[in-house]
Amino acid sequence: MTARHRLLLIAAAGLIGVLWPVLLPAYTIQMAELWLFIVFALTWDLVGGQMGYNSFGNVVFVGVGMYACAVVQVSILYSVSAYTAARGGGTEFVFPPDAYLTGLGLGLAAGAVAAVVVALCLGSLVLGMRGHYFAICTLGLGVAAGELAAGWDWLGAGAGMTAPPPPREIGDTNMLFYYMSLALAAVTFLGLGWLYRTRFVLAINAIRDDEDKAEAMGLDTTRIKVTAWAIGALFLGVAGGIYGNLKRFIDPTEVAFSGATVGVWMVLMAILGGKGTLWGPVIGAIVFQVTKEFFWTFLLGWQRVALGVLIVLIVVFFPQGILGWVRERFPERFGHTVEPDTVPAAAKDTVQ
Amino acid sequence: MTTILELTGVSKAFGGIRANRNVSLNVKQGEIVGLIGPNGSGKTTLFSSIVGAHPVDAGTIRFKDVDITPLRVPQIARLGLLRTFQQTRIYGGMTCMQNMVISASQRDATLFDLFARERADLDDRAERLLEFVGLYGKRHLPGGSLSFGQQKLLEFAMALMNEPDMLMLDEPTAGINPTLINGLVDRLKRANEEFGVTLFVIEHNMRAIMTLAERIYCLAHGELLAEGRPEEVRNDRRVIDAYLGAY
Repeated sequence: MTARHRLLLIAAAGLIGVLWPVLLPAYTIQMAELWLFIVFALTWDLVGGQMGYNSFGNVVFVGVGMYACAVVQVSILYSVSAYTAARGGGTEFVFPPDAYLTGLGLGLAAGAVAAVVVALCLGSLVLGMRGHYFAICTLGLGVAAGELAAGWDWLGAGAGMTAPPPPREIGDTNMLFYYMSLALAAVTFLGLGWLYRTRFVLAINAIRDDEDKAEAMGLDTTRIKVTAWAIGALFLGVAGGIYGNLKRFIDPTEVAFSGATVGVWMVLMAILGGKGTLWGPVIGAIVFQVTKEFFWTFLLGWQRVALGVLIVLIVVFFPQGILGWVRERFPERFGHTVEPDTVPAAAKDTVQ
Repeated sequence: MTTILELTGVSKAFGGIRANRNVSLNVKQGEIVGLIGPNGSGKTTLFSSIVGAHPVDAGTIRFKDVDITPLRVPQIARLGLLRTFQQTRIYGGMTCMQNMVISASQRDATLFDLFARERADLDDRAERLLEFVGLYGKRHLPGGSLSFGQQKLLEFAMALMNEPDMLMLDEPTAGINPTLINGLVDRLKRANEEFGVTLFVIEHNMRAIMTLAERIYCLAHGELLAEGRPEEVRNDRRVIDAYLGAY
């Protein structure tokens, strides 16, 4: 794929993204979810694919972003405890358009900051572990975060929290959140695309391939690992904020810290598309969201079984993912070519 | 010649096994020093102790007049003391060029330097060093697809890319065919002369280490058994006995 092809592909995806709600308004929410899934898969791959740290705990950052955003949105006008105590009934909480939009902007920023802070704190603790130990530990993090939120009265505890009701003057908020998701997906994609051209990606690839060696070569592996996790958390925090508003209802264990759905899906999407590539997670997220919606529509009642079968098929037949499979078939397309040793003097020493 | 590495009374035990006992040795700037000894005599443990892979029980290690005994692996590597591994370690999923570029010295480097665009001077140096070890034509292949011998050469080139003051090589010729061993010994000597890298080499191949090293230490049962010029060590009765199992 040349640079021109790539640019055309990005432009086409952007055009489809911008026009989608106009052309197919019935699928706006599903499509908005897809853009967020792309963010989930891309950021998961940063740590799980490029760095080789299989995290089942990235959903923590989604949940933290979701709650932080909602709390800030509410607290701009009301007391959070009064709001959550009302459980969406009783007192009516009105958000005028100006205050609503300001709260949303501040909320998303707060989501990003909160997620990064959590990533920095947790990162230095759990990233010392490797392999299976890290994976199991992060699985625990997701569960623990969900239980914490479910026990915290200020956040509505187990009954959850509703995102602030949007004022009628704004119009169709699905459109608003759709375009926010689209913008976030674009920023994430371009941001990681830039990151993957710096030496930082080589450093995290080195950690994936042989962390002891990377350390022996003088790389500050701990700081690099925590930085990578925090970069992922930054985008996930914002994504969580948007996702909460899109879903309207934030359940602590089913929506915010849902390890069994979103937490696993983001891993699955990255693996399906191809770990350790920029386009893999994007392709994986598209294929996954389309099949998932298809199952939910046509195989209702059996949708989870079908999804389970899909996961098994992916792992058995495409362990390297779609892009990984393509790369294995056509290595020269990815630049893995042998060239003649251009220096004749050295040729006689060359190892065959 | 100034002393670049100095060990004084270094001891290291793993439970009941005393891997190193009261080892004192030194390496001078610009020297090539060999370390020999039967299997299990504590050579690799000594290397790991020097680069800070594990803390030592007793003794001090000084590198370039800095006490590096309490420092850990990345800090010591940043001072310019590097080791290669016995079971060759390269980044298998990355191309040879990427392996080289990320091996550039991290001395005085901060985290932010990693976010700068890939630098042309690094690419240039990486290509020249790959040419030096004869892997230029394979520079766009993943490191993991190279043969074992080629991976050894790549690991050596990566070490040179880091511009160390001193390089500790753990059995650089193990598992390499005899023809290539000569080429490798030749390159090690050239690296020492042209790049001024001090070498400290563990080796079982006696012919290779006798032609390479200026001075040799022999370890047995974790203790320093003999020290001297290659021919002295080769003819030392205790060294011969140690290898034959009499010691």
